[in-house]
Amino acid sequence: MAPQLMQESVGSRKRLTQKIAFILFRFFSLSIVAILFAILFFIIKNGIGVINWDFLSKAPQEGMTSGGIFPAIVGTLCLVIGSCLFSFPIGIMSGIYMNEYAKNGKLISFIRIMTNNLSGVPSVVFGLFGMSLFVNFLGFGDSIIAGSLTLGLMSLPLVIRTTEEALKSIDNSFREGSLALGATQLETIRKVILPMALPNIITGLILSIGRVSGETAPILFTAVAYFLPQLPTSIFDQVMALPYHLYVISTSGTDIEASRGMAYGTALVLIFIVLILNLIANMIRKHFTDKNKI
Amino acid sequence: MYTIEAKNVNFFYGEFQALKNINLQVEKNNVVAFIGPSGCGKSTFLRLLNRMNDLIDGVRLEGEILFEGKDIYRKDVKVDELRKKVGMVFQKPNPFPKSIFENVAYGLRVNGIKDKTYIENRVEQSLRGAALWDEVKDKLKKSAFALSGGQQQRLCIARAMAMAPSVLLMDEPASALDPISTAKIEELIHELKEQYTIIIVTHNMQQASRISDKTAYFYLGKLIEFGDTRKIFTHPDHQSTQNYITGRFG
Amino acid sequence: MKRFIEYLVEGALKISGSITSITILLIIIFLFKEGSGLFKNPVVEEGYVLTVNRDNPVEHITSFQIKEIYDENITNWKELGGIDSPILVFRFGDLENYFSPEELGQEYENIPQCLNTLINREKNIIAFFPELYLPKDFSGKQIAKEKISPVDFFGGKEWYPTAQPAAQFGLIPLLLGTLWVSIGAILLALPFGISVAIYMAELASKQMRSILKPLIELLAGIPSVVFGFFGLVIIVPLVQKTFNLPVGETALSGSIVLAIMALPTIITVAEDALKNTPRAMKEASLALGATQWQTIYKVVIPYSISGITSAIVLGVGRAIGETMAVLMVTGNAAIIPHTLLEPVRTIPATIAAELGEAPSGGAHYQALFALGAILFLITLILSISVEYISNKKNK
Repeated sequence: MAPQLMQESVGSRKRLTQKIAFILFRFFSLSIVAILFAILFFIIKNGIGVINWDFLSKAPQEGMTSGGIFPAIVGTLCLVIGSCLFSFPIGIMSGIYMNEYAKNGKLISFIRIMTNNLSGVPSVVFGLFGMSLFVNFLGFGDSIIAGSLTLGLMSLPLVIRTTEEALKSIDNSFREGSLALGATQLETIRKVILPMALPNIITGLILSIGRVSGETAPILFTAVAYFLPQLPTSIFDQVMALPYHLYVISTSGTDIEASRGMAYGTALVLIFIVLILNLIANMIRKHFTDKNKI
Repeated sequence: MYTIEAKNVNFFYGEFQALKNINLQVEKNNVVAFIGPSGCGKSTFLRLLNRMNDLIDGVRLEGEILFEGKDIYRKDVKVDELRKKVGMVFQKPNPFPKSIFENVAYGLRVNGIKDKTYIENRVEQSLRGAALWDEVKDKLKKSAFALSGGQQQRLCIARAMAMAPSVLLMDEPASALDPISTAKIEELIHELKEQYTIIIVTHNMQQASRISDKTAYFYLGKLIEFGDTRKIFTHPDHQSTQNYITGRFG
Repeated sequence: MKRFIEYLVEGALKISGSITSITILLIIIFLFKEGSGLFKNPVVEEGYVLTVNRDNPVEHITSFQIKEIYDENITNWKELGGIDSPILVFRFGDLENYFSPEELGQEYENIPQCLNTLINREKNIIAFFPELYLPKDFSGKQIAKEKISPVDFFGGKEWYPTAQPAAQFGLIPLLLGTLWVSIGAILLALPFGISVAIYMAELASKQMRSILKPLIELLAGIPSVVFGFFGLVIIVPLVQKTFNLPVGETALSGSIVLAIMALPTIITVAEDALKNTPRAMKEASLALGATQWQTIYKVVIPYSISGITSAIVLGVGRAIGETMAVLMVTGNAAIIPHTLLEPVRTIPATIAAELGEAPSGGAHYQALFALGAILFLITLILSISVEYISNKKNK
């Protein structure tokens, strides 16, 4: 009836194409893994020798060629905590509003578009904005608070989206069940919905901490200093920060070659932070998916 | 030689055994209906016949399934060749987001046919065969989604026919359709019988009794009874079959 | 009471909900306010004047022409629409070549007088000096008094913010630099990203996926300075050696680093899109004897093409806005690039590198904000087009 359909050569050609395509995909996927491991391996190999207690607990010395990165660790910690204090409550509340309360479709899609737009704004633009609003207009100067608020604004879209998605994944029957028992909407959210969504929200928040701790451009003009002899004492002080520290000692230090070791060490600490946070996030995720299975 | 023959087929989804020791023979140009309550394994068995279950992770098959005397699960069998000969129509109409013409031509194109006139003829033939030609001949370039549900399902039948298969597997092809469309599909199946061996899964007892030559009753993964449709619907051997047909459960 | 608290909480939630919109609004206000200040600055550096002889017919002279004159690339008035005679370039420091210290006066009190004499005497002179010394009865002609125009900014081919007498704030080289690096990055990342997305969505086993997914998440989490550092010590020397270049800090190095950084975005978004293809569609294709690969490129990819496009656009957005890594590996030469093997400077890198040195409120400072506003607009357009693409799909 259709002799052409039975041609073996056509069949073998299309199977060969498939074979080649799939081998290519596998190769590309493995090379991504290879790139990641190359970066990790390279930084760990060169950085591990630098890491010791002194490196983590002392200030830089001799024009950043020896000593440690303690002030930068403290600075990054301050900035991260500050930004989380700002972005977590507001972001979570915003996510709850969008998923649980807002009923006007137009308003919601407007807010969602704005949130998406904000997440697309480059970090350096946040830096400019933070500088003109917090540093100059509000007069905070280069300070922990200005840097934290800038970082906080930048991480808002991620926090909001995380919350929204966690809430969205909860079946409506739980809401109806609670409301049908006479609970108010707030009680339903607080006692039923939030506890169920919490693992997913926490996972997302931990990942966002990782992002914030590595950002440089937003704090460049709002918070950081090249070198400070003492630790900050108030939220209006300037700080050193790990990512900025890595940037300056690898590009514009007094003696770039001599500070390479310090740079590797700093990069390793940064990677380590991200690694640990990702690990924790994955453990939480796994823990709760396993639990939900039973 | 039977067109399709299953020998001692056991099938597992992970730990769960979905089919238990199925033995069944389908003769050429027969219409066979698979009936049984939901979850009895009839659809699973149907999907074994063109190896559609290959797509699912963690499944395991024991026993043999022969198509025209050859085991279709042997290593050297090319799945795509098999599926050209054993066509399938699904429960819900699933046309591609392409034009009506391209939907029918799809199978020909993926099998390397480039001859334009041949494709055009084949598309017309198939659409005529599926009793759809008169309704769509003026809008072949239009999206398939513009058709009604029943028309879409007949388009899917035409799409399968374009490959000139010897077997058509139909997985509840009318369950998502209104009564009039259903009647059209049944009528079509009646005509297709001349050329094809048809295996149809259905929930609808009347439908099974109207269109099929033979009926297989599945229950809890077992093939309880298989025989001439008239006999199954009048004097079934098993009480369970009797109960199901008369609507005492299911 | 209970109801009152409910009401209060809902209000608080509502306010939080509007925070992103307010932020966007504030960004627009602050960036555009500072940025548009650029066009209130004079072409000639603030506090200085540029003058010519009274009889010189040249009335109008652009910022770029001023720079070309002082770089001695334009040497004849004819080129500016004047008479055919060589241009005599005068900088304030040249004053002592023309006048003795006695003539200039003990306290330099005679400088305005001397300038007046000089400009009157030399028909072909163009003189640049502090406004402070502008004679009261000046008999020459002051030119280029106008403000920096949008044409100077949007059409300017040079970025040289510290040039005297006229700083150059040309967007073109930076914009091109940004585009070159980003397009290079996307071209490199695309085959990888889409392949991995297809592999993860269609081919990989469950175990393989559960390994790849967190790895890609990890790749997304690595800070951009670390990528920059990696690029600086590995990719830059590699590029230099491979192409035998004088320096390895090139657009290509930037593209490679950016490609790696854009991968996670492209992969995740494209994978989500591919996974959205209905199972029924794939089964229909396979049941017609198509191979899995034919099913992927004839059914799955066309079905998810809008999602894949979004992935690409988002990847471009990520690449265009990336700052630190690019700053560290592209060499930062503000010239219009001709090949990928030359140093370039991108818009974000320029902002990051120069804002620290630009005096607050000055023209340079405002020009950097104008760059920020441009960058913001570009990413805004990209975000909105993603929105548009995915909305179109839903209908």
